[in-house]
Amino acid sequence: MSATTAAGPATKTAAMPVAAGEGRIGLRSNLRHIGALARRNMLQIKQDPESMFDAVLMPVIFTLLFVYVFGGAVSGKGHQHEYVNYVVPGLMAMMGMNISMAVGTGINDDFQKGVMDRFRTMPIARSSVLIAKIVVEVGRMLIAIAILLGMGFALGMSIGTDVPHLFAAIALSTVFGASLMWIFILLGLTMKTAQAVQGVAMLVLMPLQFGSSIFAKPTTMPGWLEGFTKVNPLSNLADAARALVNGGAVAHSVWMTLAWSVGITAVTAPLAVARFRKKT
Amino acid sequence: MGAVSAGPARVVGMTTRPTDTSGTAAVEVRGLVKHYGTTRALDGVDLDVRQGTVLGVLGPNGAGKTTLVRVLSTLVRPDAGTARVAGYDVLTQPRQLRRVIGLTGQYASVDEKLSGRENLYMIGRLLDLSRKEARARADELLERFSLTEAARRPAMQYSGGMRRRLDLAASMIGRPAVLYLDEPTTGLDPRTRNEVWDEVRSMVADGATVLLTTQYMEEAEQLADELTVVDRGRVIATGEVAELKARVGGRTLRIRPADPRDAAAMTAALAEAGLSGAAGVTEAPGEGTGRDEGVVSVPVLSDEQLTAVVGLLAARGFAIAGIGTHLPSLDEVFLAITGQKADGSAKAGPASAGDGTANGRPGSGNGERTPGTAQETEDVEVSV
Repeated sequence: MSATTAAGPATKTAAMPVAAGEGRIGLRSNLRHIGALARRNMLQIKQDPESMFDAVLMPVIFTLLFVYVFGGAVSGKGHQHEYVNYVVPGLMAMMGMNISMAVGTGINDDFQKGVMDRFRTMPIARSSVLIAKIVVEVGRMLIAIAILLGMGFALGMSIGTDVPHLFAAIALSTVFGASLMWIFILLGLTMKTAQAVQGVAMLVLMPLQFGSSIFAKPTTMPGWLEGFTKVNPLSNLADAARALVNGGAVAHSVWMTLAWSVGITAVTAPLAVARFRKKT
Repeated sequence: MGAVSAGPARVVGMTTRPTDTSGTAAVEVRGLVKHYGTTRALDGVDLDVRQGTVLGVLGPNGAGKTTLVRVLSTLVRPDAGTARVAGYDVLTQPRQLRRVIGLTGQYASVDEKLSGRENLYMIGRLLDLSRKEARARADELLERFSLTEAARRPAMQYSGGMRRRLDLAASMIGRPAVLYLDEPTTGLDPRTRNEVWDEVRSMVADGATVLLTTQYMEEAEQLADELTVVDRGRVIATGEVAELKARVGGRTLRIRPADPRDAAAMTAALAEAGLSGAAGVTEAPGEGTGRDEGVVSVPVLSDEQLTAVVGLLAARGFAIAGIGTHLPSLDEVFLAITGQKADGSAKAGPASAGDGTANGRPGSGNGERTPGTAQETEDVEVSV
């Protein structure tokens, strides 16, 4: 109705020259922004050390529990160290998944607070908020994996291949974990509260984690479950990590894991970014 | 590493004030419309903020003030109309626009887990200041907003006033040409409110253009050069503060005699001494409320008149139970302008016909306050 009044006075200022590229954010600025925001996320951890529990304590507790509670049953009493070699590479896959969950709750939390409004009114690329979060979470993931491996070695794990293969396993777990982050970012942007994000995430994670080859050989499972573990990307990652650390056929599981990582990212990252843009 | 930021990008951080704008309006809004479902949060708003001045946007909850600020800071896309800030269009040039604005909302938008200093440093870096500059600017603003002592504590430990000051400081890092203050003192105690006012004044003295939304006539009077009164997404009055005050009426002095029966004698004495003001002394009618019974109201024309009134009453030996000055509340302003109450309870105008939802402000997610809270200043009145 009153939109018609807009044409008159607006034309006066429209004459002001504005270069097309003006306001665009250069790569260098963009990196600086990501750095500043990553620093923010790290300071948050410093202020709230409990938020590192998942990265620090979980690998310790999981290795102890699984090796000593199930290790005897799986590999026979007194043969727990054999299970260490089986389960620790599998747990690497799980770490990535569990840590990446925190991205969703963190993003959700940001949107509940006013601070996201401040970022949105600033001349920064909006994606830098997401990227900074991912950078810091990848760091947390590496810490968790390092602690996990430390525990594994303490409990008698041995490397069947060599150190470069071990690093390849770490890298693969991290790449896959990073691709999962997009799912959790999407969840974090969609759900109303951080608690809801956590609830939904757990619901999805539990069957995926245990219905995989992470903890036990799928050949010991009923046919339908074995079928499920075969399509479960976590099995692929666990198999790949195990083969890289212990030796064995690597190619298929590694390629499958990479394919999953690319696939998940290709589908969920655009959705998450679109959702983020819509919200911002 | 510090040298890296000396590139062309950082120029924008410090020299954002486009003083060479040909027009005089730093903010130019025409026919702005924003709907939330069936609610018209903005229903064709026109306004201008002249460069270097403060525009007060006065209105009750649900008037569309926050939506207006959110549109002007590129947080919300309008459905129709145009808005330009420092010559940049909110829809087509949001990135350029974000370089020249600062926003302080009703709720402090700082990272609670970070210290005050870290918050400001982060924002400095996001505005492309070098590490050194960002640190210096952070310290400078902490000092200016009296937050130096608390600089290293996480913001979640700050009091409401400290948070608001930190938020103001955060908005100031980039020396914005245009500053939006969305109800900057809502929920603050009077002392903190005065501190915030002082800061706003010094920002204006530095040359900033300010768009201030408020529910308080007093705040508008203290800070604004011009005033736009909004209600249900529409501008219902606009003009200089003095102009509007003339229409609405300024301060009144309210005297409550210890003995209510003295009111008539007081009125007569004041009229006789020629101190009753232009409108004449009115014995506030009871209106069945009981509270205003026996209160003598005198329109205040000058501070000298105030002193004279008090002196006269003391000389005549009147016993006074309470005395205070009173500014028109938002309700009274609305009553004077539109002939109806701000909260729409006495709706009669065509704007409100069939629009029962206009009152709730949608989408803002902000806290609610009772609309039209009357303000008593320097009030020592005792209710009997």
